[in-house]
Amino acid sequence: MKFVDEFQNPMLVEGLLKDIKALAKRKVTFMEVCGTHTMALFRHGIRSMLPKFVNVISGPGCPVCVTPTNILDAAIEMARDESVTLATFGDMIKVPGSKSSLETEKALGSDIRVVYSSLDALGFAEKDTRKNVIFLSVGFETTSPGVACTVLEASRRGIRNFKLIVAHKLIPPAMRALLEAGEVNLDGFICPGHVSTIIGSEPYEFIPRKYGIPCVISGFEPIDILQSILLLLRQVDEGVSKVEIQYKRSVRPEGNLIAKRMVSEVFDVCDSDWRGLGRIPESGLKLNHRFMEYDALRDFKIELREVAEPAGCLCGEVLRGVKAPPECSLFGRKCTPSKPVGPCMVSSEGTCAAFYKYSRGSKE
Amino acid sequence: MCLGIPAKVISIEGSSADVEVGGAIRKVNIQLLSEVRVGEYVLLHAGFAIQKIDEKEAIETLKLLEELYEVR
Repeated sequence: MKFVDEFQNPMLVEGLLKDIKALAKRKVTFMEVCGTHTMALFRHGIRSMLPKFVNVISGPGCPVCVTPTNILDAAIEMARDESVTLATFGDMIKVPGSKSSLETEKALGSDIRVVYSSLDALGFAEKDTRKNVIFLSVGFETTSPGVACTVLEASRRGIRNFKLIVAHKLIPPAMRALLEAGEVNLDGFICPGHVSTIIGSEPYEFIPRKYGIPCVISGFEPIDILQSILLLLRQVDEGVSKVEIQYKRSVRPEGNLIAKRMVSEVFDVCDSDWRGLGRIPESGLKLNHRFMEYDALRDFKIELREVAEPAGCLCGEVLRGVKAPPECSLFGRKCTPSKPVGPCMVSSEGTCAAFYKYSRGSKE
Repeated sequence: MCLGIPAKVISIEGSSADVEVGGAIRKVNIQLLSEVRVGEYVLLHAGFAIQKIDEKEAIETLKLLEELYEVR
């Protein structure tokens, strides 16, 4: 068992599609809120297989895309300090801040490094104690436990020259904000599988309970996604709404208790600014009082300023599922992966970048 | 960014493990999991094993679909 190939079996895909077609009696719109789902939908050509009644749209599932410009501006300001090594995940370095990007600053001589893991950044700090190593930390619930574990390691090993800019976000509050805004009519959520390996199924329960909208926690292979769509269609057909787990091989209803404990040991939940969605109550994480000394923003006394979005950019609407990328006048013209204007074109998981790569010219 | 890659645990040493992903061996931190055993599969994310993969559940999911759609 490789847990990948087996879930791509074309004969099972065919069977699932037949059942989906039989159940799709009226127009339905399902939203996924995970960049990995965005990519999987395109890579496997799933939208083009679905009957025209079944519309799958992408929401705010890319952590790079929802990180506000002022966080990037703060990171750039810090990286210009000669005592600083700034480390972050790959996609972050290309995102334009209000005046520059980390990639540009790196070319100009700042010590900016791409890491695969927060532990790599901690390693830099341990190796060279003359440097202040700042980790620009973005990500959803999938990523925050590892970062929490890294902070606990730093504390245990007494590493003082390691700091973080924490821009972590929580997905269920963003789903609530989308529903409260009422801009899109949804018939179901394809819930993020890897976020759910950590948080389990309970945090989505308010969605069927309060809004009557079905939820299915889905894996990422074609069989997973199609089975999740079928489960959503069944709920719609039967007129019920509940949270179901399709991705049972990796998601337990209670999530990962150790990971959750570590996150709550290091972070407090706080209100947080999302690019395109604005401030959402209790939708972010910040270092709690015991780990304040690791807060780079406090250390550098940087206040986050409000920054206007680039003119004409529809990333906000795209992140809320209100507009599709081709509806933006910049898409594919002024805004391309090699010269992105908005964040959704920068990250490979951004909805605009995925559209550009896989479906330019087609109707998708 | 929430990519999680299935990986097989090859050996364990303290809080880290060597895992196999597509033929390559990588070192990952296993502090987010309790009792990881050699031979088990875990999901890999940003240097950490974030959850165990339940092989029985995977087989069950596939078996149900295979029976339903008469695929063998």
